Amino acid sequence: MGPLLSVSELKKRYEVKKSLFSRDREIIRAVDSVSFDLKYGSTMGIVGESGSGKSTLARCILFLEKPDSGRVFFKDEDLMDVKKNELRSLRRDMQIIFQDPYSSLNPRKKVYETLSEPLLFHRIVGRDSVRERVIEILMDVGLNEDFIEKYPHEMSGGQRQRVAIGRALTTNPSLIVADEPVSSLDVSIQAQIVNLFLDIKEKTGISMLFVSHDLNIVRFISDDIMVMYKGMVVETGSKQEVFYNPLHPYTQMLIDSIKGDFFKKEVDYNTDISQGCPYFPRCSIRNDRCKKDTPVLIGDKDHKVLCFRYAN
Amino acid sequence: MGMIRNIIRHKLALIGLIILIPMFLSALLAPIISPHNPVEPDMKQILSPPSIAHPFGTDTLGRDVFSRVMYGSRISLLVGFVSIGIAVMIGIVIGAISGYYGGMIDEVFMRFVDLMMCFPTFFLILAVIALLEPSIWNIMIVIGLTNWMGIARLVRAEILSIKNKEFVLAAKAQGFTEKRIIFNHVLPNSLTPVYVVATLGIGGAILTESALSFLGIGVQPPTPSWGNILTQAKDNIEVAWWLSLYPGLAIFLTVMGYNLLGEGLRDIFDPRRRYSGL
Repeated sequence: MGPLLSVSELKKRYEVKKSLFSRDREIIRAVDSVSFDLKYGSTMGIVGESGSGKSTLARCILFLEKPDSGRVFFKDEDLMDVKKNELRSLRRDMQIIFQDPYSSLNPRKKVYETLSEPLLFHRIVGRDSVRERVIEILMDVGLNEDFIEKYPHEMSGGQRQRVAIGRALTTNPSLIVADEPVSSLDVSIQAQIVNLFLDIKEKTGISMLFVSHDLNIVRFISDDIMVMYKGMVVETGSKQEVFYNPLHPYTQMLIDSIKGDFFKKEVDYNTDISQGCPYFPRCSIRNDRCKKDTPVLIGDKDHKVLCFRYAN
Repeated sequence: MGMIRNIIRHKLALIGLIILIPMFLSALLAPIISPHNPVEPDMKQILSPPSIAHPFGTDTLGRDVFSRVMYGSRISLLVGFVSIGIAVMIGIVIGAISGYYGGMIDEVFMRFVDLMMCFPTFFLILAVIALLEPSIWNIMIVIGLTNWMGIARLVRAEILSIKNKEFVLAAKAQGFTEKRIIFNHVLPNSLTPVYVVATLGIGGAILTESALSFLGIGVQPPTPSWGNILTQAKDNIEVAWWLSLYPGLAIFLTVMGYNLLGEGLRDIFDPRRRYSGL
């Protein structure tokens, strides 16, 4: 059996006008030639700072935004090629959870409507057993029957996020993409939601892409980790490898920062990075070659890194 | 229930409602509570001033003005609601398609809106009514067809801001059809300002109908409408002031009522301006 999800050479760029009247357009490579595989039942954590393209990547994989080029194979179907209607029915099988559970729930719909709509639309259960199923889902995400009649504004952030997770589970998907699902929650609630994700993983064997800027949280939940910087994958591998044997200077910096070494001096020049290594301006181990040539991911399937230092 | 409480707490909206409720009641109950038949002439009572039997006096044919104003409120109400209803429906459909799909469709629809807005509306209505026969249905349709542009623009703007919200993306991610996404998720969250504009628009539509009836191309006698009562009044304004005053007052109060209510709704729906009225 092949991987559940296989992404190859995915690219998405945005053009931004520099100012209202100028004709100059800056091209932002939000996702730049990203490739990876996600096995059935495993969880991949995608880490990076804001602006690193990790959310755009998540949305491109689900075709909520159309990638410019590249391939996304989901259960061996090429999403670039499928027709609109087929894509719609495939969506059942891949769900998303957003960062802000307030804007991701329709403010005018009660929890019951939010959860029953996909059940009825995809004819997952019959009309007479919808209510039962909705309550089951609520239980699964740690809520109870009392929440059925609530509107989003009547619940706390953690409760709303639980509903959003419940909604993603209604269609029994094989893949859940969680786009910074705990970043907008209180720290105490974060732990609860991460535990909920672990429970769901254990119970359903679902595959997950877990996007976060917090390496610490990603570490808890992932089997593999992928580190992104400026739209490119700079390091990827198993959790053990990436976390205990980080190779890329950016990954090393991220890991130092969760150990508390916040004040490590970063080298930062306003260097033109239209060519060369994307991390060049901030890199502590750069040399002349990094300025001219663009590195490629090297290494074996357990651990790859985007750096010349390891190219031998 | 929360909505009604908000209106009561908002003084301007409450005044609007207090003006409008008797108008609604008189329109609804006209056949039961009007003291006279509004179209039956009484040659012995021509142009008699207000009295107990005829509180608003009588007109040139001896018909009771009070009853005629009461029946006139039915026309005004009907015209107000039906024509703005037509405008709202067209406006929502055009605005929703334009805002949701964007691109070429948006461009075409919005240029058409610009085009429609360039026509002097009242003269367009005059021309159309002159071609068709003047009837209340034609009037309502024409007022509706010339009033939807503002609503379309409003809905488009709202949808532009809502279509990229995450709950809409979530609906898309669930594999729902576009129709369902637009009607179940996007539109219900973008209609609030439409209620305000529609309420204000009803006042405008009533004014337009009165003007058309006044000019004789609106509601045709003997059916009473506030506009055509005023037509008769203008010939007798020196001897029968009551003939102009009461229908005039009715128009004034009703339009005022809708405007106050509309302003109030605007404040109530806008949380930053809540309860600031008066």
